[in-house]
Amino acid sequence: MMVATGMKKSSMLDLLVLVIRRDLVLAMRRRADVLTTLIFFVMVVSLFPLGVGPEMNMLRKMAAGVLWVAALLSSMLSLGRLFSADYLDGTLEQMMLAPQSLSMLVLGKMAAHWMVSGLPLVLMAPVLGLQFDMPVQALGVLIIGLLLGTPVLSMVGAIGAALTLGLRGGGVLLSLLVLPLCIPVLIFGTGAVEAVSTGLSAVSHLSLLGALLVFALVFTPWVTAQALRISME
Amino acid sequence: MSGLDIWMRENPLAYVWLGSYAVAMLIFAIEIAMVVHKRKITLQQVRLMREAEDEAEGND
Amino acid sequence: MAINWFKYSAPTTFYGLAGKLIPWFAISSAILFVVGLYIGFAVAPADYQQGEFYRIIFIHVPSSILSMFLYLVMAGYAALGLIFNTRLSAMMATAIAPTGALFAFISLWTGALWGKPMWGAWWVWDARLTSELILLFLYLGFIALHASIDDPRRADRASALLAIVGSVNVPIIYFSVKWWNTLHQGSTIKFSGTSMHVAMQQAMFITLAACWLYAIAVVLARVRSIILERERNTTWITELPEVRS
Repeated sequence: MMVATGMKKSSMLDLLVLVIRRDLVLAMRRRADVLTTLIFFVMVVSLFPLGVGPEMNMLRKMAAGVLWVAALLSSMLSLGRLFSADYLDGTLEQMMLAPQSLSMLVLGKMAAHWMVSGLPLVLMAPVLGLQFDMPVQALGVLIIGLLLGTPVLSMVGAIGAALTLGLRGGGVLLSLLVLPLCIPVLIFGTGAVEAVSTGLSAVSHLSLLGALLVFALVFTPWVTAQALRISME
Repeated sequence: MSGLDIWMRENPLAYVWLGSYAVAMLIFAIEIAMVVHKRKITLQQVRLMREAEDEAEGND
Repeated sequence: MAINWFKYSAPTTFYGLAGKLIPWFAISSAILFVVGLYIGFAVAPADYQQGEFYRIIFIHVPSSILSMFLYLVMAGYAALGLIFNTRLSAMMATAIAPTGALFAFISLWTGALWGKPMWGAWWVWDARLTSELILLFLYLGFIALHASIDDPRRADRASALLAIVGSVNVPIIYFSVKWWNTLHQGSTIKFSGTSMHVAMQQAMFITLAACWLYAIAVVLARVRSIILERERNTTWITELPEVRS
């Protein structure tokens, strides 16, 4: 019995690693897509000072919000591709017929998606934060917040991507569905930075973000799997 | 204070009625009209389909 | 006394039942509106702080309550439809969405009109106003998703899943917005200082009931059209008197 569950666990983990690896390889073959998201992120953030003026005090105050909103928007951009390529070439159908749990496969795809489109944003954020003259401490909290929050965006977004699979005008619709659901992440993420810059502790915000992450980890793969089943019927 | 603000303070009831209740009633009226219209259109469609079917049966 | 509820959960019987009930709901809603507004405007006194402006409450509060409640009802029907695969539940969910969205809109609109004389601004980032706005977005997402899928079965199931995810998210959104609001110390409307007069409460509850009945009547009327549309190939539809004539 012990051996059996152990075997099962390792095979689940193998599966996860396999899916992530596969998606990463595929993403590396189409590096332009990854770069576009990143460039979009940088551009949106850089547009804000041009829109509101170069006054440093105001920019410092806005920085966290701007970075978060830009991260939210750019993660929307790449969501449409999460399942569509696999859907078009029939891989998704094969995945659904596979004996392994679809939720696990979906979790792997979510993880790969985050590594490709979420992680670069997190790594880019400090540089952009310096553009806004954010203090180092606030910058640190921003990065931790983004590390906890962007996976949630990928996971919640995956539900929307699965629901809008193969629909005309899917991209805009996807944002319409997913953005309202992402508001709590935005609030806690920016709240954490603001707490630090007003001299308070960011722990409560960050732990709430962590709670959202755990909650999303538990439920979204299953919900996304259901959504895929509905869309593929 | 703009003109609207002054008018609002002088005629609070008119402001409440025109601004809130008239708009709400208008929205209700539009919704009812849409529902009635939808019913009419759907009935028409179903009738047309039935007539087409009857004709097809008559031709057999 | 055993009423066979399942009998009415079939579109066939529900169609007729709804047709019979709609006029009653509609008429009682209209009567209650008149009574409620009479009490609200003629009997209830002016508030000593807010003057006549508070009278917006008789439409604002019922529509806010209904917009939130209808979302839950919609998600409930959606869940029923998804779990038990009943046709009618999915149709009910689709029929509720537009009414809920309209109530959310009315709530926002009247809230803005109330805010202007009270806070001096049409829009304040108050926790309740903000979450109402997000609720409207959720409704619009549901409607848009349903409208953009051609296959009715997939549309029903996909939007049902979205409604359920949304209803799980609603409390999270609400609390996060509330927290965000207290953090930023925005202005909030508080009635705690002024106790509400009895006539005000009566008027509010009566208009709430009126809005409720109105929503039921409109939703039933809409669901009848949806039933007609979806079941048009069945014999019972072609034998309906309104189709025969």
